[in-house]
Amino acid sequence: MKPFAYVRADSVEEATDAFAAHPGARYLGGGTNLVDLMKLGVETPTALVDVTRLPLDVVEELPDGALRVGATVRNSDLAAHPAVRDRYPALSQALLAGASGQLRNAATTGGNLLQRTRCPYFQDLSKPCNKREPGTGCGALEGVHRDHAVLGHSEQCVATHPSDMAVALAALDARVELHGPEGARSVPVADFHRLPGMHPERDTEIHPGELITGVVLPAATAGLPSAYRKARDRASYAFALASVAAVLHLKDGVVDRAGIAFGALAHRPWRARRAEDALVGAAPTTAAFEHAVDLELAAAEPLRDNAYKVPLARRLALDVLGRLAPPATT
Amino acid sequence: MTGTETVLGAPVERREGREKVTGTARYAAEYDAVGRAQAWPVPAAVARGRVTGVDPSPALTLPGVLAVLTHENAPRLADPQDPTLAVLQSPHVPHRGWFVGLVVGETLEAARAGAAAVRVTYEAEDHDVTLTADHPEAYVPDMANGGFPAVTEHGDPDAAFASSATRLDVEYRVPPLHNHPMEPHTSTARWDGDRLTVHSSSQGTTAVRTELASMFELPEDRITVLAEHVGGGFGSKGTPRADVVLAALAARTTGRPVTVALPRRYLPAVVGHRAPTLHRLRLGADAGGRITSLDHEVTTHTSRVKEFVEQAAVPARVMYAADALRTSHRVAPLDVPTPSWMRAPGECPGMYALESAMDELATDLGIDPVELRIRNEPETEPDSGKPFSSRNLVQCLREGVRRFGWADRDPRPGSRRAGPLLVGSGVAAATYPVLVSPCAASARALPDGDFLVRVNATDIGTGARTVCAQIAADALGVPLDRVRIEVADSGIGFAPMAGGSSGTASWGWSVHEACVRLGGRLAGHSGPLPGEGIVADADTSGTADADSPFARHAFGAHFAEVTVDTVTGEVRVTRLLGVFAAGRILNARTARSQFVGGMTMGLGMALTEDSTVDPAFGDFTECDLASYHVPAHADVADVEAHWVDEEDAHLNPMGSKGIGEIGIVGSAAAVGNAVHHATGIRFRELPLTPHRVLTALLEHEHPAGMLGA
Repeated sequence: MKPFAYVRADSVEEATDAFAAHPGARYLGGGTNLVDLMKLGVETPTALVDVTRLPLDVVEELPDGALRVGATVRNSDLAAHPAVRDRYPALSQALLAGASGQLRNAATTGGNLLQRTRCPYFQDLSKPCNKREPGTGCGALEGVHRDHAVLGHSEQCVATHPSDMAVALAALDARVELHGPEGARSVPVADFHRLPGMHPERDTEIHPGELITGVVLPAATAGLPSAYRKARDRASYAFALASVAAVLHLKDGVVDRAGIAFGALAHRPWRARRAEDALVGAAPTTAAFEHAVDLELAAAEPLRDNAYKVPLARRLALDVLGRLAPPATT
Repeated sequence: MTGTETVLGAPVERREGREKVTGTARYAAEYDAVGRAQAWPVPAAVARGRVTGVDPSPALTLPGVLAVLTHENAPRLADPQDPTLAVLQSPHVPHRGWFVGLVVGETLEAARAGAAAVRVTYEAEDHDVTLTADHPEAYVPDMANGGFPAVTEHGDPDAAFASSATRLDVEYRVPPLHNHPMEPHTSTARWDGDRLTVHSSSQGTTAVRTELASMFELPEDRITVLAEHVGGGFGSKGTPRADVVLAALAARTTGRPVTVALPRRYLPAVVGHRAPTLHRLRLGADAGGRITSLDHEVTTHTSRVKEFVEQAAVPARVMYAADALRTSHRVAPLDVPTPSWMRAPGECPGMYALESAMDELATDLGIDPVELRIRNEPETEPDSGKPFSSRNLVQCLREGVRRFGWADRDPRPGSRRAGPLLVGSGVAAATYPVLVSPCAASARALPDGDFLVRVNATDIGTGARTVCAQIAADALGVPLDRVRIEVADSGIGFAPMAGGSSGTASWGWSVHEACVRLGGRLAGHSGPLPGEGIVADADTSGTADADSPFARHAFGAHFAEVTVDTVTGEVRVTRLLGVFAAGRILNARTARSQFVGGMTMGLGMALTEDSTVDPAFGDFTECDLASYHVPAHADVADVEAHWVDEEDAHLNPMGSKGIGEIGIVGSAAAVGNAVHHATGIRFRELPLTPHRVLTALLEHEHPAGMLGA
């Protein structure tokens, strides 16, 4: 058994100090993924810095109309929060589409963003995985990869990011707030996760020692029509085969603002900038939606056994966009 | 109505229910003892080859590691009846996940860390784990599982097919599936000198004791196997598994009591699976819908460790009148884990294929699928010619038609829509054989007025001990609360396992007989009972296993309603209704639970369950309950089980047929047929997950949801 230290932090500074004092440490939130990975031997931290007692468990309204979600707010609580349900319905829907009730009660906002891929090769120490052990190869490339990436993958890694919540946050232009040895900073959720490239072992842009302290949902997307939809193999407790979050604002009969993100297609929530650019200024017609979504998915490069993901994502996106802005029937 | 009639059939609550829900029921891993050690196995990391070296030293230097067992140092065992139990006896690796070592530690954590530290080197060979219908190594075995002949033939199926007015020639595919009981396979073993005591999570202690006695070369009376509570098995604990052999080996080597609780991730490779089956069905029919030719061909896989042939063509020997009938099995030995029993082996995958084909035939003929089945109801069992002891398939179908509202169904595929959802309904028949085996039991009248019944039944969550007590109370003519019962101890006497839907019939028969005998003795006794009471024994050898001149089977009918989402290809079962004819139902509460459980498992087979054989690595991809998708609550909307009263004097003293498996037989076909009705598309491969359904919807250019894309 690999012994590890356990430190319970009461403040952000205590947490980052403890992390710095224990090379090889990990922050512990709800533990719904990290503890599993420790049991599997995938994660072998020297120390766990428990951040669940930090005063980061509140959802607060900011003066400019934005909403800050503390990093330790549980997924269940966030999904049920009236301000989230009213102003950012896509986020509430995404959270409720994730995992199971028991897991959502434990999982935190920060931990959800930092969860790791459920690629079976990543979880199995007896098989190659460049993410787990750089240079060993990718088992999924020739193995079983029906659930794997169709966008932005590399020869090194075809894993997907498993989060539902992060997809909604990306579409809603949320930002991740970080606190680390070099102070505080924030990063758009859509840029927080990385594509694998040559370094699949790095999931995110987080710097060593940085702690997620919260997520800020901007005023700009508050109250806009938004929705999340996920397709999966069973009705609950299953990761997405594909999912989409979208926020859409119409003005004078044309799209004024569009935020679209796909889940389960890539190593990160896939912000569909090309589709968004194509939509802004266009009338919300079926043809416009199709054109925009097809423009985005043209970049897809399916693997041997996951080509279905492209039409699935397309239909999910068209369904969600159609519901947010019912196109004229003419 | 007499008192006894209210006991047998009554919805009695299970006796151990309180213990289970309060957490006091003890399972095999929970028998602690001073000095008890824990063990963790080391699975092979190649799909085929041999172990060339094991370096245990990195493990042995870890704190708390007591021993590392491998083929190099483990005690030699006599050859087992089941070759999958010959663990740590040779360097040969027959499949990925085969155990090549066992680390014993003071704690589970120490054992686990030790197992991770053991260094094993292999000489790997190329492997082949891919089953195809024309696999060059496939052969026709002598027997299929259950002792059935691999091939049967009546009439001239080819000629009859060629001259049939309507011909259907279709192929179906069922993937490997796993039992995944809640409680993983677990054993705690302890040696006292040359006596061995084992608490094992098993469906039958007699079979475990027999195998241990032979492997460890001990007289059976020096071995006690106990299985008081078992957290499910679904066939995968029907015979001993590696855990019990490893626990006994480790306990002997270390001199300590040892628990081996197999990790969930290791189960798929070592405790058995439902083998994949490739089906070809050829059905010929005349214009009136009478089947002129039925040919069911099955190709399946087995491991290189032993031959196991899923008997999936066998139900076709029972179901329908056909002028010509051929059923056949072929098996290909591959470098895969060894398949075994999973709830209704044979009938479950076989009836998926046959009942799907019947639906296709009904569509081709333009005949209602219920009516088609009724028209092909046989007079006698088609294969054997024996009369049925009772056969109420038609009554089940008619009762289901009435309860489900089948008459209101528009038979045209794709005729029901609800927004983006296509709605459909389907039907399928079910059958499962009546099996029964000899068993010993005793009944003792105690001076305090109670009765003690002892039978080595195993209650794997079915309510077996409760039903056996009901049978005893009925036979003795006493209130149920005066009957005490002891089960799941090999010392009680020999008994068959909880499997083949035969447990209640087998155990109950001997309980009934012991109680009837005791009643006779008590009738001849006057005055107070002696201190030890009065006892009567029973052994149903020669009676329970006597040949019957009748074909004995349970039957049933499933009706399913589904929605298919045209946006995503997601299928949901909105209604599942089953009607069963299974002799006398002995406990309405536990029986309903068995039926509903079987139907739910069939729903999982239809929609979500899939063990993918990894062609690159040779094992199953889904190794936990997050990825192996059994239905979640949200998948199971509305499941109803009903039964028709069935009197059958040719079964056993209780008049019962088995109920543990028939619920899963045919339910997947009913769901698949409903999906066809909803979409107009035939899916011939399970499970019906979105990637498969959406791909087909696209090919058929269905309009997409609201956008019509």
